[in-house]
Amino acid sequence: MNYFIELFFSGLTRGAIYALIALGYTMVYGIIGLINFAHGEIYMIGAFTSFVVASVLSIYGFPLIAIVIMTGFAAAVWAGAYGYTIEKLAYKPLRHAPRLSPLISAIGMSILLQNYVLLAQTSDFLPFPKLIPDFPFMERYADVLGSSDLVILLTTTAVMILLTFLIKYTRIGKAMRATAQDTTMAMLVGINVNRIISITFVIGSALAAIGGLLIASHIGQINFYIGFIAGIKAFTAAVLGGIGSIPGAVLGSLVLGLTESFATGYVSSDYEDVFAFSLLVLILIFKPSGLLGKAVIKKV
Amino acid sequence: MTISSVFREIIRSSLISLWFVFLTFPLMVIKVNPIERVVHWRWGNMLYVAVTSFVLSLFFREVVRRRKLRETRPEEENRAGIALSIRRIFDEPGKRNMLTGIVFCFSLVFPFVFSSYQTTIMTTALMYVVLGLGLNIVVGMAGLLDLGYVAFYAVGAYTYALLNHHFHLGFWTVLPIGGLVAALFGFLLGFPVLRLRGDYLAIVTLGFGEIIRLILENWGKFSQGPSGIANISRPGFFGIHLSLDSAIVYMYYLMIVFVLATIFIVSRLQNSRLGRAWIALREDETACQVMGIDKRKTKLTAFALGAFWAGIIGVVFASKTTFINPASFTFLESAIILSIVVLGGMGSIIGVIMGAFILILMPEYLRPLSQYRMFAFGLILVLMMVFRPQGLIANVRSAYHFEKTKRTFHA
Repeated sequence: MNYFIELFFSGLTRGAIYALIALGYTMVYGIIGLINFAHGEIYMIGAFTSFVVASVLSIYGFPLIAIVIMTGFAAAVWAGAYGYTIEKLAYKPLRHAPRLSPLISAIGMSILLQNYVLLAQTSDFLPFPKLIPDFPFMERYADVLGSSDLVILLTTTAVMILLTFLIKYTRIGKAMRATAQDTTMAMLVGINVNRIISITFVIGSALAAIGGLLIASHIGQINFYIGFIAGIKAFTAAVLGGIGSIPGAVLGSLVLGLTESFATGYVSSDYEDVFAFSLLVLILIFKPSGLLGKAVIKKV
Repeated sequence: MTISSVFREIIRSSLISLWFVFLTFPLMVIKVNPIERVVHWRWGNMLYVAVTSFVLSLFFREVVRRRKLRETRPEEENRAGIALSIRRIFDEPGKRNMLTGIVFCFSLVFPFVFSSYQTTIMTTALMYVVLGLGLNIVVGMAGLLDLGYVAFYAVGAYTYALLNHHFHLGFWTVLPIGGLVAALFGFLLGFPVLRLRGDYLAIVTLGFGEIIRLILENWGKFSQGPSGIANISRPGFFGIHLSLDSAIVYMYYLMIVFVLATIFIVSRLQNSRLGRAWIALREDETACQVMGIDKRKTKLTAFALGAFWAGIIGVVFASKTTFINPASFTFLESAIILSIVVLGGMGSIIGVIMGAFILILMPEYLRPLSQYRMFAFGLILVLMMVFRPQGLIANVRSAYHFEKTKRTFHA
């Protein structure tokens, strides 16, 4: 039973990280209908920025709590800046281009960013400093739930609540929903669509960076290639839940995380990704628009 | 340009360059050695970023400004692009035949003029031409975004490798088998995804590609796992044993034949009943079904035919390198093939051929740049898309106008 609970929590943690990345995919898709393939690299850049900032601060002897706060802040700010710049450079000029062109541009961006980090930093695995200490009150549960799992779950929940609040109750959130529904109409009622798109990219990137920071300190090492597989998994999760739907992205991520965790625990760790993708194919066969996606009915 | 506008441009570019300095600061300037706990501050890089981004920004802003100027000018001048002049050559039968002749003669003498290294690269480029044309059926004509095309390529390659390894079957025997097995896989993938739309289809095909690769990697008993299969036979030549050099030349001519056959078949397909059904399906599914086109059958044939070519080239690939392992069949490969199709101009055969040559030969000739070459590759993909989103040679579909003019083309 303990094993089951352990797997359950590790699945939840995994799902929480996927959710942080998947939200960026789904928000961008909801607004401009683009699969942002470079999003996984943003997550990687978030992890690298955290690594650099956290290491520098710890070498200069800052206290742990200051390191954590400043690292989180720096990761979110820089990843947001990258997201903003990428949108301006690679996607904005292509807004009225044929549908596949932005996708190729995104793939190019992803290759570019990977190699940028490879050249600017290193191709080796880097040890990530341990930012989350083992809490004494967690010792009793240590065999089912680690301290860093707890922190990941709590942070993700807090971020989700904030994001829901932002989208449901603020002016920006309203404008974002309006743009997602109908860009032209949003423009007609005076919403600065370009600004909303930029904000969406910044928010999505900041979320991915926080995910990168959390997972890097959980696993303890990073390299320039981590963005690819995380990006694909998160995208799978977003599609699983119904791309474009924010609760769908969270649900899809949790389902994916749990499936992977149980499959690894009870069957075989070699086929972890095979299970993830098979689950995706199965769900899409029976529910072609994802778990929470709305089926589009086309009127003729 | 007046003095004040020059001044304004410089200020703008300085701001942009400041932004890039900020952006690249943590990764370009700081380098931490986590084991010795030392921080290297590479301030030189900062200067480098500032100057490069300033110059590039000036340059691109100028390019964009000129483009805008040109767009406001009358239509005729605007159309005098390089791609359009290429287009014109292909429209005039005389020039077209001459050009085809030159290209054909050049490709015939190529292996005798250039070294065997160049010939090998060219053979690879020709393989990607066929792969691109195969994917073009699925993506360009039928409009089904396939991100896992490399899976079929892998199926073909492994079919040959395994049959050769266990049963010592030759290249020519397995060639059709490999194609058919891949087509079967395309068919199998086609069934579940028939109901899916655009981007859902993309991720399912991507997942399918990864599943195939992971199975090949982990099912050691079947595929020998990550270590791959070695000592695959090269294609036979009427039972004569060929030296390595002549085998390379033989492979090259083989690919020329394959490319010609593929071009012939694909261009015949394009205007056939089936090809028109694919294009109609791409444009509007509902209208297409109303017109009495069987959606299921049309989509499945697109998948199966596209996969068939990938399978054939997979067999060729296995016999060319004589060694395969799952690492050759990653998502990056699918992305490159897809880039060939989109970069060349979706649905246009000439475009796909040019796209393949550019994308495959470019990294080879960028080799002197060694470590920067993938960086440059990514950059060029982005730039090409930003400046020519419709591809190098946009697919031009014949259209009839009701005005009293000659038959005109319109993009």
